[in-house]
Amino acid sequence: MAFDNLSDRLQMSLRRVTGKGRLTENDIEEMMREVRLSLLEADVNFKVVKSFTKEVKEQAMGERILKGLNPGQQVVKIVHEQLKKIMGDKAEPLTLNLMGVTSIMMVGLQGAGKTTTAGKLAMHLRKSNNLKPLLVALDIYRPAAIEQLKTIGEQLSIPVFELGILQKPQSIAKKALEYAKENGFNLIIADTAGRLHIDENMMNELVDIKEVLSPQEILLTLDAMTGQDAVNVASNFNETLNITGAILTKLDGDTRGGAALSLREITNIPIKFMGMGEKLDQLEVFHPERMASRILGMGDVLTLVDKVTENLDEDDMMGMMEKMMSGKFNYNDFIKQLRMIKKMGSLGGVMKMIPGMGKAMKGANVDDKQLVYVEAIIGSMTKKERKNTKLIAQSSSRRRRVASGSGRSVSEVNRLIQSLDQQKSMMKKMGSMDPSKMNSASAMKAMSGTPTKKKGKGKNKKRFRY
Amino acid sequence: MGFFNNLFSSKEKRKNAQKYKIGMSKTRNNVFGNLKTLLDSSSLIVDELFDELEEIFIMADIGVDTVVKFVDHLREKVRVDNITSTNDLKELIVEEMFKLYVKEDIVSSNLDIVDGRINIVLFVGVNGAGKTTTISKVAHEYIKKNKKVLMVAGDTFRAGAIEQLKIWSNRVGADFYAKAEGSDPSSVMFDAINYAKENSIDIILCDTAGRLQNKINLMKELEKINKVIGREIEGAPHETLLVVDATTGQNGLSQAKIFNEVTKITGIVLTKLDGTAKGGIVLAIKDELDIPIKYVGLGEKIDDLEHFDIEEYIYGMFLGIF
Repeated sequence: MAFDNLSDRLQMSLRRVTGKGRLTENDIEEMMREVRLSLLEADVNFKVVKSFTKEVKEQAMGERILKGLNPGQQVVKIVHEQLKKIMGDKAEPLTLNLMGVTSIMMVGLQGAGKTTTAGKLAMHLRKSNNLKPLLVALDIYRPAAIEQLKTIGEQLSIPVFELGILQKPQSIAKKALEYAKENGFNLIIADTAGRLHIDENMMNELVDIKEVLSPQEILLTLDAMTGQDAVNVASNFNETLNITGAILTKLDGDTRGGAALSLREITNIPIKFMGMGEKLDQLEVFHPERMASRILGMGDVLTLVDKVTENLDEDDMMGMMEKMMSGKFNYNDFIKQLRMIKKMGSLGGVMKMIPGMGKAMKGANVDDKQLVYVEAIIGSMTKKERKNTKLIAQSSSRRRRVASGSGRSVSEVNRLIQSLDQQKSMMKKMGSMDPSKMNSASAMKAMSGTPTKKKGKGKNKKRFRY
Repeated sequence: MGFFNNLFSSKEKRKNAQKYKIGMSKTRNNVFGNLKTLLDSSSLIVDELFDELEEIFIMADIGVDTVVKFVDHLREKVRVDNITSTNDLKELIVEEMFKLYVKEDIVSSNLDIVDGRINIVLFVGVNGAGKTTTISKVAHEYIKKNKKVLMVAGDTFRAGAIEQLKIWSNRVGADFYAKAEGSDPSSVMFDAINYAKENSIDIILCDTAGRLQNKINLMKELEKINKVIGREIEGAPHETLLVVDATTGQNGLSQAKIFNEVTKITGIVLTKLDGTAKGGIVLAIKDELDIPIKYVGLGEKIDDLEHFDIEEYIYGMFLGIF
């Protein structure tokens, strides 16, 4: 997925915060530094990064910490909300002229993917809106551009209107419109030549074409790998043409795609589609909410937070947390915890929502049945055994009895004992990481085993102003 | 510093730097406004200057790591060398950037083209970077030098790619070799090399299909192309050039890394530098992977390709301020 890198970075930076009881101003500052850096490395425009982190910081500082919610998770939520806000709150559909001919103009820099996207869009609208599309070849400059569009048209069985390279694009557009009306086409997609946003003559050509076509949509095709310049490009095209939407291409690559974030924030142009591959059916509707979650990679944490707060008694949860931290965790708590998780849905699904877990769980099979088995095993223990976990751990005859009572094997019982031990020691560690008892750097080390080789880099970055 | 001073203050360099800034004027004022104010208002170095420099480098898409490292280095240099005037700082920036770029080495922007053998140059890159256009420009350069150049249509995938290269080969007067669309690109290369042997070709310029570096199958295909070329002519390809669009952000580094793993990259072609993007990521590529920049593309015309010059590039970045 395209945003994996950004999400990794944010996950790393937010891991310091999640799992902490209280959030100091320093914590927030530290976290914002990481967010800034990771956004910059993701090619989010530098101005957007500034305003973004400022906003998040203010909100994080001002907000009252809710009972039962980990303050870190709360910050995550703020980050997510803000990302969503920047990219627009919901997917914006195309404007179509249902009574007559809808015309769409594809514009953008050279090599952004206009021609391929024109084909994809024609195919998409033919399918989703049952329109009869006509592709129009207006790129008379690049050698074989018309050839390319014609080949795509052939592959899709969509006719291509072209008049060679000797006529002006404006007049080709005019004739295409007439041709469409006469021949029952109700959708025109005009593929214009790639051009630099600062090339005045070429930009004027687009203005002329716009006048001829009076398009419902002027779509800016933008390479998802674009860096800081995305904003300049989009602003210039927008100033000249009043862009109605953007299509982000090549999102099937490993780019972090920060341009998506910048685009809407600075230019207010909504992103309507994204190109997900070279095949002509690989065009997807852009979904800001989903994209925000995707950028975070941990966006589903929000869903988890919501689910947790929806389904669980807050005091119950706090009691559980306390017990876990103190190391007095027994089988009664274990089963309670299992039931909480069960309430929230399938185990695999829940696991995926936990930051870092998604990766850790890759390949590991999470079987919901295991929950049932564990319940059966614990159910076969006596009340004493459930409370005092040592009893089972120290007696093989007890383990055999529990195994036969639950219908599971002794090795399964052993595994349960092990996982309880693991949880206990992990929780103990987390409990001892109370910020008042330990400084955050060593706490982080203890928790994530952050490699020390990064230290030098981190030191430098602290000086970095963003 | 004397040597560099002579080098940098040469009028020619500054004049040439003009071409790197075409179009920058529109955004220049926004980006450089603060720096210029700071430089003009005081002849002393204030801390804010470094912040402004950082901003400029970030806006130029130089990687965050490289920027942080470089600006830290500048601060240190200013402290150790006891530099106090902003005029000296300007020179220092160019000099240090130059050093960062060349390291201790000799960096040549010439291609490894030798008389008396078939020279093969392979062009690779992501979709839409400008490979086909660049090949035509390079062909033009060598045809002017009386070399016999063969352009090979190795992009058998994208609609119209073969046709596009063919039109260019006619315009520049190069030989042209292609097979049908959808052919195995390795077999195209194989046959093209035979064609070259029979027709006493000096230089083969191989186009390849654009591919995103995370597409494993396409990268394997490239690996095979590379292998076939090496099997047919020892030591070939003599140059493998990664074509990078100047608007590319940090992903450029990932491109260079992964392409370099599959087929040893010997140089970068930075295209579309005539826009407002500065393509600073190539500096990070040089810094981290030690891959030099060979060419910059400065327009759509056949002559709009220049050998890269680091000093001109830096002056271009700061033009109007220095």
